[in-house]
Order: sequence, then C-alpha cells, then structure tokens
Amino acid sequence: MTAAPPTIALQTMQRARRARGGVAARIVVPLVVIGIFVVAAIVVPIVYHYDPLHAELLVRLKPPGTAMPDGSTAFLGTDQIGSDLFAEMMDGARISLLVGAATIVVAGVIGVLLGMLAGYFGGWLDMVLMRIADIQLAFPSILLAILIASVLGQGVLNVVIVLSIANWVVFARVARSQVLTLKNREYVEAARTLGAGHAHLIFRTLLPGCIAPILVIATVEFGQVILAEAALSFLGVGMPLGTPSLGSTISNGTQYLATAWWISTLPGIALLILVLATGVLGDALRDRFDPKLRSA
Amino acid sequence: MTMTRAAATAPASDSAALLSVRDLKVEFSTSAGVVRALDGVSFDVHEGETLAILGESGSGKSVTAQAIMALLPKPTGSIVSGEILYGGRDLAWEPVRRVRELCATEIAMIFQDPLSSLNPVFRIGYQVAEPFRRRLGMSKKEAWAKALELLKRVGIPDAEHRIRDYPHQFSGGQRQRIMIAMAIALDPRLLIADEPTTALDVTVQKQIMGLLADLQAETGMAMVLISHDLGVVAEVAERVAIMYAGRIVETGATRDVYDFPAHPYTRGLLDSIPSEASMGERLTPIDGSPPNLLALPSGCPFHPRCPFAIEVCRAAVPPLRTPDGWEPGHLAACHRSEEVLPHG
Amino acid sequence: MLGYVIRRVLLAVFVLWGVATVVFVIVRMVPADPALLIAGDTATPEQLAALRHLMGLDQPLIVQYGQYLGQALTGNFGVSYTQGVPAMQLIGQVLPNTALLAVLACALALVVSFPLGLLAALRVNRFGDRAVTTGSLVAQALPGFWIGVVLLLIFSRTLKWLPSIGLSEPSNLVLPVITLALPFIAILTRMTRSGLLEVVGEGYVNTARAKGLPERTVIFPHAVRNALIPIVTVVGLEFGTLLGGAVVTETVFSFPGIGKLLVSSIQTRDYSVAQACVVVIAACFVVINLVVDLLYAYLDPRVRLAK
Repeated sequence: MTAAPPTIALQTMQRARRARGGVAARIVVPLVVIGIFVVAAIVVPIVYHYDPLHAELLVRLKPPGTAMPDGSTAFLGTDQIGSDLFAEMMDGARISLLVGAATIVVAGVIGVLLGMLAGYFGGWLDMVLMRIADIQLAFPSILLAILIASVLGQGVLNVVIVLSIANWVVFARVARSQVLTLKNREYVEAARTLGAGHAHLIFRTLLPGCIAPILVIATVEFGQVILAEAALSFLGVGMPLGTPSLGSTISNGTQYLATAWWISTLPGIALLILVLATGVLGDALRDRFDPKLRSA
Repeated sequence: MTMTRAAATAPASDSAALLSVRDLKVEFSTSAGVVRALDGVSFDVHEGETLAILGESGSGKSVTAQAIMALLPKPTGSIVSGEILYGGRDLAWEPVRRVRELCATEIAMIFQDPLSSLNPVFRIGYQVAEPFRRRLGMSKKEAWAKALELLKRVGIPDAEHRIRDYPHQFSGGQRQRIMIAMAIALDPRLLIADEPTTALDVTVQKQIMGLLADLQAETGMAMVLISHDLGVVAEVAERVAIMYAGRIVETGATRDVYDFPAHPYTRGLLDSIPSEASMGERLTPIDGSPPNLLALPSGCPFHPRCPFAIEVCRAAVPPLRTPDGWEPGHLAACHRSEEVLPHG
Repeated sequence: MLGYVIRRVLLAVFVLWGVATVVFVIVRMVPADPALLIAGDTATPEQLAALRHLMGLDQPLIVQYGQYLGQALTGNFGVSYTQGVPAMQLIGQVLPNTALLAVLACALALVVSFPLGLLAALRVNRFGDRAVTTGSLVAQALPGFWIGVVLLLIFSRTLKWLPSIGLSEPSNLVLPVITLALPFIAILTRMTRSGLLEVVGEGYVNTARAKGLPERTVIFPHAVRNALIPIVTVVGLEFGTLLGGAVVTETVFSFPGIGKLLVSSIQTRDYSVAQACVVVIAACFVVINLVVDLLYAYLDPRVRLAK
C-alpha cells in the first residue's frame, strides 16, 4: 500500500499557521510604525526647537550629515531657509496626522450617520442621498478638494473641511450597504418585536455589526487623506506659509532638485512609509474580519 | 505493489469491478487543524450497476467523489493513502493532468447546485457542445448539432430555440437536465451524481431520478449516486453504502440493507424516517449529534450515540465484515452486527 | 437592456446637471470680485459697474444660473480673465494632450495589471502572489506628486535620459504616463487578483474541471470571462482617480494639459477658466462611466436580458 509523503498536509498546516501569525504581525507592525510617527511628530519639533518661520541662511541647502553651528548634526540635511529637514519633516508629519485623524472623524461620523439612516429608512431619504453621492463621485476627489480649497483659502481647518466633504461618501456607502445587509437578519427582527424604537435599533443593534467594515475603510482612508493633504499643499492650496506640511516641503524642494535633492526626496519617503503602514493595516484588518477572503 | 494489484483484480464478486476504491484516506488542513475526511473507505462499482453512497453532511460522501475525479480543493485537501483503481491504473497517485483526461470520457460527474455549476455568461449550447469541441476536436456546427440532440434526449422542451439561452433563463430542474446532458456527452462508463436532486422540488426530484434511470438503461453506464435521502435512491440503486464520519459503516444490496440493517446507525436512520404507519406517534431521531471531525471518538466513531455500545466499541475500530451467517455481499462495521440484525 | 440603457443615460444627464450646478455654487462663493480682478485697482466705480453689467454679475442669482446653464449647454463658459479668449478655446488646446496622457496611462495599466493580477491569483499566497500584492500596496501608498518628482530627478536631471517638462517631443510623455499609471496599476492588479480568486471558487469552475478541460481552458475563458465583469466596473470608477491624478502629474512635469490649466487658473484667480476645466473634466468622467456601465451590461447576460 502506497502512502503520500506525510508532509503535504503538514506543509499546508504550516502555511496556515504562518498565515495566521502573518495577519497578527500585519496588524501590530503598522500600528507600531504609526505610533512611532505620532511620538516623533510631537517630540522632535520640540527637541529641535523647530520654527517654520525662522531662517538661518548661513546653513541653507546643506546635505545630510552636515555639522551645524550649534554642534548638532543635521542628519537629513537642511532646507532652503536653513531649517533642519528632519525637524521640518516631523512637524509636517504632525500636521498630516492631525488632518488625517480629524478628517476621518468628521467624515466618518457624518458619513456613517447619513449612510445608516439612508439604509435604514430607505425611501426618498435613500434616493436623495444616493443622488448626491453620485454627483459628488462624478468629481475626482482631488478636483473637488482643489476647487473648494481655492474658495475657502488655506489653513488646517479649511483643509479638514474640504477633505471631509470629499470623503464622507465612502463612509456613507459602506455604512448603508452594511445596514441593508443586516436589516433583515433575525436578530434585528427579534429586537424590533421586543419593542425597540428606531434610535435603539440603529445605534444599539445595527451599528455594532457595521463597525468592522467601517474600521477597515477608516484605516485605508486615513492614509489616502494624508496623501490628499500633501497633494493639496504641494499644489499650493493646502497649508499656508507658516504651517509646515510634507507636501509643501516637497514642493519647495523642486526648485533645488539639482543642488539639494534631499529636500524633495526624503519627506516623500516619510509619507510613503506612513501611508504604506495604513494600507497594510487596513488589509490585515480586512483579512481578520472577513475570514472567507483569507485562505486556510 | 503488484501483489495488491493482483489482489484487487481477483474479485470477490462475479464481474470485474469497473471502479475499485481501496482504503482511501483523505485529509484537509484547516486553520483549526487537520481533518481526516475519509478514513479508509473501500468500495467497488461494477459495470452497469448503481451504487448509492448515503450519509449526513460531513460523512465524507462528497469528498469521495472529489477524490476520484481529482477535484479535491488544493492545497487544503490531499489523498494521504489508499488506491483508486480504474482501468488498471491507480488514479490516487497519477498526476492530475492524466486523471482529468479520464474525466467526461470515462468518468463524469454532476453536481448539487446546477445554478452555480453552470457558467452564467455562456449559452447552454456552448457549454454542452464544449466537450465535443475541446475533447473531440469537432467543428462548432457538428458540436452544436450533437448538443441539440443531447438536450432533446434529456427532455428540454423547444430545444432548437432554447439552446441559445443562458442558464439563468431555465428552471432548477431544467438546469440539472442540462448538467446531465453535459455529463453524458462523451458516453462515460461511470457517472457520479453528487446530490443531484437535493436542490430541487420533490416532484422534480422524481423526474430527474427517472431520467437518470432511463439514461442508464440506454447506455449501460454505471452510476454512483450520492445522497442523504434514503428514499430518493431506493428505487434506482442496486447497492448502497452508508457512510459515517469518513468511513463506510454498512454496505450491501439495497433491499438487504433497508430490510435488515446490520449497523446501529443504519437502523437509526431507517427508524427516524416518518411513515404513514407511525402517524400520530413521536419521531425517533438518533441520539446525540454528528461527530466533530477534528476530534473523533476513539474506537468506533458512532459509539457515543449507539444504543448497542459496549466496552470494546470504545476501544477498537470495528472492521467492515460480513456478520456471521449472513450473505457475503452484505457487510457492516460493527462489533455487534449479529445482535443488531434480528431487531431490524 | 433598453430600459437599462435609458436609465443610465438619464442618470448621466442628471449627474452632469448636478456637477454644473455645484461648480456654479462653489465659484460664486469666492470672496473676490471678478470685475475688480479684471479691471484692476485703478478702475473707477462706474467702470466697475459697467463691467459687472457686461458680465451679468448684477443680475439676480437665479437669472445668472439660468444664463450659466444655457451657455454651458453650448460650451460657452465665458472668457478667460487673464488671457482674453473664450475659456473653451483654452481648454480645446490642452484637452487633447491630457486625453493622450490618460489613454496611454490606461493602456499601460491594462497591459501590466492583467498579467500581474493573473499571476497573483494563480500563485495565491505563494511567492508570486506575495510579491505582486506587496508591490501593489507600495504603489498605492506612493504620493503621486512625489514619485513624479523622484522620477524627474533620476531620469531627467541625473541620468539625462528623458526630457523633463513640456510636450515638445514624444519622449516627453514617458515619465508623466508612468507616474500617472502607477496607482492605477496597483488598484487594477489587486482587483484582477481578487476578481479571479472569487470566480475560481465558484461551482462552474469545478464543472469545467470535471469536464476534463485543460486548466488553461478552465481559466480562459471560463473564469476570466466572469471576472471581467467586476474588473470593468472598477476601471470605470478608478478612471476618475486617474483624471484627478492628471492634475498633479501635469503640474509636476509642466505638461500642457487641462490639469495644469486648472491649477494655474486657480492660482491666477481666473475663475471662468477654472469653472470650465472642472465641468469638462467631470463631464469626461461621467461619459466614461456611462460607457463602462453599458459595457458591463453587454458582458453580463443576466443584466443584458433583464426586462
């Protein structure tokens, strides 16, 4: 009697175990990376006494590793007004994280609320909401953001408003579709027959079932909002002069590409790492919450 | 190896077996652990006969069919040991490509849910003609003509026009007929039907079973009918094999097994069927619940639910054997078959 | 199918109307006075009033809206404040360039994504899949403007292989097309992969195998033809992102397209041009989506044959 090498099943088991461990790693590592960014964004500018408006023209456009007059080393170089690039990047990261978080909260709350109401009540509320969403989605979101930003002007608050307007639709759609799926499940029916009113049904019964997909979307959108803010600042319609932003730093650096390539390049790497972390995290959360998309 | 081959082809019954499964073991690796879906399954199918494989969900009946046709989901499922002998070859250990050559031409299969088993974006004519075009190299015209013949033979009304329709435009019963047409296209010697009527209404079930019986009479092909419904297969199958927890627990001629069950599980199944005679009385289900394949009980897997269980049942796996003094074709895997029989 | 087509077309028209209205509202919210912008600080109040009258700014808002819609239908978006020519004329000069850029980027994305997505689906969770999925994640995290700058730095300034700005020769197109295509490639690859994976689990794939068809035939056409349906939908949706990306890419490479025109018109407060740009871009997007919707109906017989 012939027998299969016992390793076939064993190999697959090992792969499954690695995949499970992999998902956990893909949640923890990005969180750690984002955490490091948060800490660095708060601490570094303070430690370096970073002031976006202060110019130290003697040490402008110095390459990474240059020794500074006060004894420290500008290990990522200096920008066109002599500020330490590392401190500038971290201050810009602070704005990115702030704008990202604020936008997600605002767009998320509004979007989820409207989406749940539309899905729950249906009827004309749903139709109106869907038509508005259709119209809004006809604008590439950068376009909408540029247009509104040019009207409102620059500034943190305005950028948050602009990006919230551009992004609430995603949350609304996810929440709405989730509510539509769950609306007719037995446990909702059961709650209804027990006399639960609309508010209770929406917030206590349906909302918990929507959390998972919303969380996945929120994570991914967080990264996309950060990219959008950087793009707006790059184009000149985001952060004003006194407020640092990774986007405007890169934009300022384009004039010095030949002489000081680090000004445009390094902040982009920081952006890339941060956004990549959110992307990996979002993917891992999706794997964790939706096991049928995962393989055994 | 030659010895086993010889043993396999020296049959216990009269005619040589068309398909011979010997001690087949199949495992699945899941995120919860390794599941032994088939634990030493053995049976024969002879030319022209119909064997019904019966069992609950999780008993391993569909896995058996998948293993034969090399359709086990990769990489989770794999054949661990055993033999699947057909035409002098052992399909369990041949490369998948070679086994697939036998599919449709020698061994064909139809599935449980005809809606998801037919490709929604291709016309049914295309799908039924496909075996002729791809396997036999026929021209499109010839293949579609053959497909039309087949569709008429399985009883699709207005076949000339409906051949250009899509699967979603047919009823469930018609879709199953289309699947049957696709399966018998190349005149296979063995048809495996995996729960062909489970997704259908009762009246349609009878029609489909009737169609299968007619086709079998016409072509002389053998059939393996997989089901959980003892009643549906009763009239069509000559022999049955009852599966439980990945093993065959009883097998024999249909009438023998139904009238004289030699295994407590079979007895329990037969007793639990509501009949006219028992109207007004309580139903008698089998105690307990189906086994957890990740953690099978020791010894006989049925012993926790068995009214006949004794000490040895927990200790030793009962072999499939003919109860003392009983007919050679009727086997059961129970230490106490002799006591079970008189009660049947 | 006819009902579907009519409904889609009506929806598209409705959305176009909505787009034009939204743009009208937003632009009217600008605090600056267009008349002042054109005439300059030295204009007298009478001159400003006359100019306002000429531009129709002294009419009630509703009337302005009506005029705006009527003019929009004929493609008249007013005159550029900075250049004195009709806005549509400026757009007409640059739109073909952007169209070329978008089409090339789309083509590049389709050509690259499909094989990559197929590879990833066929080698699920093994090395090929991991490499492709990781690559896609990274590509999606790339800031479009930054990668454009980096490519510019490497291939144009340092290696001097390719020109950097403008559109004087075909090699000008290489870097902008690659920059624009990257996020699209990432998304399309992932959608192809997940679309194929979903389809491969379906029953009819098993049936195809049971018919003894070679694996190649099981994939083409059985699996792929079904996977195309959601993929086509995604292409349509993401095309909008492509157009948005064009705005940034054109700025980085000083590419004479509608995106650059939009940005510069905003910077110079030339609102009639800005307005026209936005409406035209959005209109393109709506039309593309309509085409994609119709294509989707053609591909899926369940939709095509529904009443």
